[in-house]
Amino acid sequence: MVHSPGHVEKAVGVDELIAGNERVRARRRSSRRKTSAQRPKQGFFRTLVQVFGELLITCGVILLLFVVWELWWTNIEANTAQQAAVSQFAKDFQGPVTPPAADTPSDYGQPIVMAEPTDPSTVFGVVYIPRFGASYSRPLVEGVQQAQLDTLGLGRYDSSTMPGGIGNFAVAGHRQTHGAVLDAIHTLVPGDKIYVQTKDGYYTYVFRNNQIVMPNRGDVLLPVPTQADATPTERFMTMTSCNPRFGAEERLIAYSLMESWQPASAGPPAAIAEQVAANSRG
Amino acid sequence: MYGWIFRHLPGPLWLRIITAIVFVAVAVLALMQFVFPWLSQFNPLTDSTIGGGV
Repeated sequence: MVHSPGHVEKAVGVDELIAGNERVRARRRSSRRKTSAQRPKQGFFRTLVQVFGELLITCGVILLLFVVWELWWTNIEANTAQQAAVSQFAKDFQGPVTPPAADTPSDYGQPIVMAEPTDPSTVFGVVYIPRFGASYSRPLVEGVQQAQLDTLGLGRYDSSTMPGGIGNFAVAGHRQTHGAVLDAIHTLVPGDKIYVQTKDGYYTYVFRNNQIVMPNRGDVLLPVPTQADATPTERFMTMTSCNPRFGAEERLIAYSLMESWQPASAGPPAAIAEQVAANSRG
Repeated sequence: MYGWIFRHLPGPLWLRIITAIVFVAVAVLALMQFVFPWLSQFNPLTDSTIGGGV
């Protein structure tokens, strides 16, 4: 490009540029003030529609936030609370955390069944389910109200027996949200072990089968599940959770039978010994 | 509505932006701490008990 001689005369110095910018800025400032002072008067109906629309958008955002809170944040809160409860239980627990030697006799006679806790929300045990992960250990709490299930994990139906008792030891747990303690309940395979630890010892239950029922089927909690008139002779464990995973139209029930037990003084079963020791370290 | 509130916040633009962010943060925190836990009891989708929770 060839510059015309006139171009040089039109060139602007730095000082003039700065001064010009200042002038433009001042003009912009004053014009902005003017517009904010003299905003065009908006009709009442238009304002009404605008406010209504903004409120609707706000409602939508709050609902989305609620979903985020329910599906994500409740898990973080509940996992923290449950971790603390398990650590506290392990601190109070009296007994070795090393498994008994392989050659010791494994028959410890009739299991000790602890007395039912008097206060709801008492953490009286820990449940280990290796199928749900090697480190899976969740507190066992008295009661199945929201106060218990929403923070402390697996709640015991207070109409059921205690761990190790003849009859049905029944617990409920969330499938999703609030720690999602029984999220993987559908992955249990017959023969899977479920270990329940109380201050008295370790109760080993073996998963037998599951069943999907409607939410009103309270008979799954009977001493012999679903059999109203039967006299219990065996030690059942029943876990109830939501089904499908993100809904609650049905309940997924997992039945187990007690296989063995060992007192706290004998130490934990070998399969969970590592996790029991890890919990007692805090 | 939000535009009106924003225009009526005191101070220069940067301060009004900060104030608005603080307002939103307080609102979200209040929802998460108090409103949602209360609302949660009416959510039937998280009920994992059977027979009305005996």
